[in-house]
Amino acid sequence: MRHQRIAFGVMVAFFALAPLAMYPIFLMKVMCFALFACAFNLLIGFGGLLSFGHAMFLGIAGYGSAHAAKVWGLTPEIAILTGTAAATALGLITGLIAIRRQGIYFAMITLALAQMVYFFSLQANFTGGEDGIQAVPRGMLFGVLDLKDVWAMYATVLATFIAGFLLIYRAIHSPFGQVLKAIRENEPRALSLGYDINRYKLLAYVLSAGLAGLAGATKSIVFQLASLTDVHWTMSGEVVLMCLVGGLGTVFGPVVGALVIVAMANYLAQLGAWVTVVQGVIFVVCVLTFRRGIVGELGHFLKKPL
Amino acid sequence: MTEIFGVPTQALFGQLLIGLINGSFYALLSLGLAVIFGLLNIINFTHGAQYMLGAFCAYFLLNKAGLGYWWSLAIAPLVVGAVGVLIERTMLKRLYRLDHLYGLLLTFGLALILQGLFQFGFGASGLPYPIPAELSGGRNLGFMFLPNYRAWVIVASLAVCLATWFVIEKTKLGSYLRAATENPQLVQAFGINVPRMIMLTYGFGVGLAALAGVMAAPIYQVSPRMGADLIIVVFAVVVIGGMGSILGSIVTGFGLGIVEGLTKVFYPEASNTVIFIIMAIVLMIKPAGLFGSQK
Repeated sequence: MRHQRIAFGVMVAFFALAPLAMYPIFLMKVMCFALFACAFNLLIGFGGLLSFGHAMFLGIAGYGSAHAAKVWGLTPEIAILTGTAAATALGLITGLIAIRRQGIYFAMITLALAQMVYFFSLQANFTGGEDGIQAVPRGMLFGVLDLKDVWAMYATVLATFIAGFLLIYRAIHSPFGQVLKAIRENEPRALSLGYDINRYKLLAYVLSAGLAGLAGATKSIVFQLASLTDVHWTMSGEVVLMCLVGGLGTVFGPVVGALVIVAMANYLAQLGAWVTVVQGVIFVVCVLTFRRGIVGELGHFLKKPL
Repeated sequence: MTEIFGVPTQALFGQLLIGLINGSFYALLSLGLAVIFGLLNIINFTHGAQYMLGAFCAYFLLNKAGLGYWWSLAIAPLVVGAVGVLIERTMLKRLYRLDHLYGLLLTFGLALILQGLFQFGFGASGLPYPIPAELSGGRNLGFMFLPNYRAWVIVASLAVCLATWFVIEKTKLGSYLRAATENPQLVQAFGINVPRMIMLTYGFGVGLAALAGVMAAPIYQVSPRMGADLIIVVFAVVVIGGMGSILGSIVTGFGLGIVEGLTKVFYPEASNTVIFIIMAIVLMIKPAGLFGSQK
């Protein structure tokens, strides 16, 4: 486990020092997506469940926290918790439906459920339809710390990201995480050992939904915007891509993947439709020749799981 | 004007017709998905993009080569099917020994590439495609006005679906196909070229998507995004029907199209989501789908 601690130290040092060289807004975006990707990875990497609808949690939490901060005038920490709670509740409802099937069906079901949430977001009143919720106030954290200051905001996002990451890390290495792995490897055997596999799957799904929600809720406070982009299926595809590039089932892969994909989207933004093509090409190349991903390959090279 | 349940019959039958049209496309597309899934164990995410390719193929044939609708109906499925065969040979073939999820991810990536390329070339707006002269106009049935082209789409897609069902369930070729679905090694041992059969099956499934695309071109406009959202609905249709039976996917496709049309009449707010809601209910009651059997 020592090398994982070192890797963790490197990661924290990177995000603590990087704002000296890079735009803090860009890094905050990376951290929000990194947390989102880590939450997604918990489900596919350790539970073996490929969700193609994780954008619904990111999006609904974004709307929840934006609504709480703007309309109800709550402080940012309560707004973020509201958004996270909304995503967790949605995770519980959709989870009960989705875990009834496995494999490819699970992917199709989550995709369809997310599309339903997308249409709901498009039509509901509080989401603002095509406009989204704009000009969300960042507010005063705990009533004292003004988040309009970019460094206060940065520290908040960093703390949220690290807390979420550690929670996932803890979950993976707990007995709960081991049972999840057992279910992924051999479901009938886990069942015959007396584990209530549906309950474990549901718990993993809800945990993943809640953490994806935490990422979405924080994101809407940082960018002061909750929009349909975050609920659309392209976002669900993007998070799959982040994990694939970084390394499915690795601990640090999603973070690296998020950094790569967000950076790429930033540099290619002026190319418009080409971003979609480039993402598609990365998908195809990764699946055909680079299935371990960046961190997976690195771990393979060092002969240590990262 | 006559009314049923407080709804003018004109509106009711009009939406029923739209429902049947949508259902024709759901049935054709979910049939292709089911055939491909049966043999390749891959959910073809590119299906929507291949449907779009079919429509664009018809558009090019008309505007660049001067070949009309009826030529397109024959040529587009062959061309797009050939592209499908190429994809199978060069990429999908390498994934059969891996987790099925990689097939989903690969075809998702391909869909992004195709959609992005066409969006770059043609923008997001639709291109018009005329209804063939032989099928323009319509007839008055007394209770509603039925455009000839729409009647043709329903009849043609029903015919194609039933022909596919007949080939798979009732012919020698179909029996090989079903046997290879059950146990490819054993079928190969009997001297049947299974890899070639897999390749042609993929080409056929893709060709069905392209055929649907050509038929859709005069109804919806030809646009790069036409398949993107449709494919998600078709996935829900497939989950509801279960992929076990060919007839099942045909019935589910048409049935859900009608349900969607009726929802537009009675509760329009839910018309986008009704299929997903039905999917959730079916999963709660019968997880394997209406016609499926859970292994």
